[in-house]
Amino acid sequence: MGAGPEHKLYRHGHSPVHALPPHTKLAAVFAFVVVVVSTPREAMWAFALYAGLLAAVARTARVPAGFLLKRLLIEVPFVAFAVLLPFVAEGERVDVLGMSLSVGGLWGAWNVLAKGTLGVAASVLLAATTELRELLLGLQRLKLPPLLVQIASFMVRYGDVITDEMRRMRIARESRGFEARGIRHWGVLAKSAGALFIRSYERGERVHLAMVSRGYAGSMPVIDEVTASRAQWSYALALPSAALVVCLLGWTL
Amino acid sequence: MHAPDGFINAPVSAAAGVVAAGAIAVSLRGARRELDERTAPLAGLVAAFIFAVQMLNFPVGAGTSGHLLGGALAAILVGPYTGVLCVSVVLLMQAVLFADGGLTALGVNITTMAITTTVVAYALFRGLVKLLPRGRRTLTAASFVAALLSVPASAVVFTLLYAVGGTTDVSLGKVATAMVGVHLLIGLGEAVITALTVGAVVAVRPDLVHGARGLRQKLKLRVNGELVDAPQATEPGPPDTPGAAPSPVAARSRRTLWITGLVTSLVLAGFVSFYASADPDGLEKVATDHGIDEKAEEHGLTGSPLADYGVEDVDDDRLSGGLAGVIGVGATVVAGSGVFWAVRRRRTGEEAEAADPSRTSV
Repeated sequence: MGAGPEHKLYRHGHSPVHALPPHTKLAAVFAFVVVVVSTPREAMWAFALYAGLLAAVARTARVPAGFLLKRLLIEVPFVAFAVLLPFVAEGERVDVLGMSLSVGGLWGAWNVLAKGTLGVAASVLLAATTELRELLLGLQRLKLPPLLVQIASFMVRYGDVITDEMRRMRIARESRGFEARGIRHWGVLAKSAGALFIRSYERGERVHLAMVSRGYAGSMPVIDEVTASRAQWSYALALPSAALVVCLLGWTL
Repeated sequence: MHAPDGFINAPVSAAAGVVAAGAIAVSLRGARRELDERTAPLAGLVAAFIFAVQMLNFPVGAGTSGHLLGGALAAILVGPYTGVLCVSVVLLMQAVLFADGGLTALGVNITTMAITTTVVAYALFRGLVKLLPRGRRTLTAASFVAALLSVPASAVVFTLLYAVGGTTDVSLGKVATAMVGVHLLIGLGEAVITALTVGAVVAVRPDLVHGARGLRQKLKLRVNGELVDAPQATEPGPPDTPGAAPSPVAARSRRTLWITGLVTSLVLAGFVSFYASADPDGLEKVATDHGIDEKAEEHGLTGSPLADYGVEDVDDDRLSGGLAGVIGVGATVVAGSGVFWAVRRRRTGEEAEAADPSRTSV
């Protein structure tokens, strides 16, 4: 599938995780995140175990730690928010290094940080081991409405085209000496956005006509049916079931 | 603005997911009616456009820049159903591909950023376009107001979700003021950009702007120095609809619009006044007075709109304020639509009378 679109987050490889059918991976990641979110925040050790589980998956998938950590940077805004929490939250206060912090806020910050980071790490692992096309097929197998999957696939297929169109317009603006410096230049940028919309819409109409002329009647033919064997399912669901055990321990202990 | 995993607790996330799934199902049917079999390619390309335009940075000055959220723009340009679909797909892809926004928080994100923004923006936009005189300036003004209010509305919905299922005990007053305050500013930027962009599209291809359909100038012919309406036969319409079809479609869309507007204003009146009267200082004072009870009390307060209305004396004022808002909106709607209906009936009667003799004379 050399000609297919590949996203920047994907990391080519031949590990057992790469080979799993996409819908089993999607289901596993979703179940894992649900389990993580429903774990009580007081069970700190449980989150360490979750992180260990994800590290094991990353190892099996041969995704280097540096790659994973770099992708985790996407959650920096939440970290900033979480750092603020102990200062603004209510409840009893505790003195740490001369600052009065709220206990509830500290717990809240920990909660958001731990669960958010684990969720992002799981999604990053999924995106790193699954091709875009497979991901869409997986969504379809998971019984998402076909029309929604079609819209999503058109979006990812033409995303680069539209972004390129935007880049060309930017180059055209800059080659005419335009540089956006402040609010006064918003008019020009908004005209570009308007032109981009018109071009996208007209391209959509052309794409539709091209599809109709090739026999499209409202639904796409499925040419490669992906199925998962029982062994593959159990292999994929090993992660969430291990997490479930940890979660149950967290509730009982 | 993308909520991460673990920010809203599991039951509320699940409930928001159900709401989002329902809204997407409705939008899928609605979009098929708006675009029929062209839905997939057109909505996909518009989603790609929204995705790209979110990367277009608008410099604010001093090195900072903002970008468009796109809910209001999508609603005005391609219609509410397609708009909800496009923004939802963008959010879905961001969550699955770029880990932007948690997977379990997807329902929350779609509810606040896709559904609330598009529905509020579209209802406001259509309402203003109906009220104000026709013209391009009206379109610009209406899209400005629609985008301006759609962003804080989404912040309000997020605050509501937080009130019911937030995992941190920051007081509601603080969250509400911070969220709505910041998003009023963001909404201002969004409003300027949206209005300019809609203006740019209207200037070139007014037929593509969904919100401006039906505002096109009628074709006039100059016959012997007098302007005469051109015959209607040249009006390009959907090829498969017979001549009688447009009127029920228009009636249906007006009815859905009317219902969405009513629901939005009820929600706004009920819940916003519910929180607006909750003076932040008062809430904090209550919290410090009650100490540890604070959390339990917060739950009592937030459960109240869903459970029975008998709650402690503290929330009674706010609740009654919210109820009063709902009742007020109800009364206004009944009175207003009664007047509107009466006026329209008289006007259509006059027009019919006026139209008949002129037709016979020509």
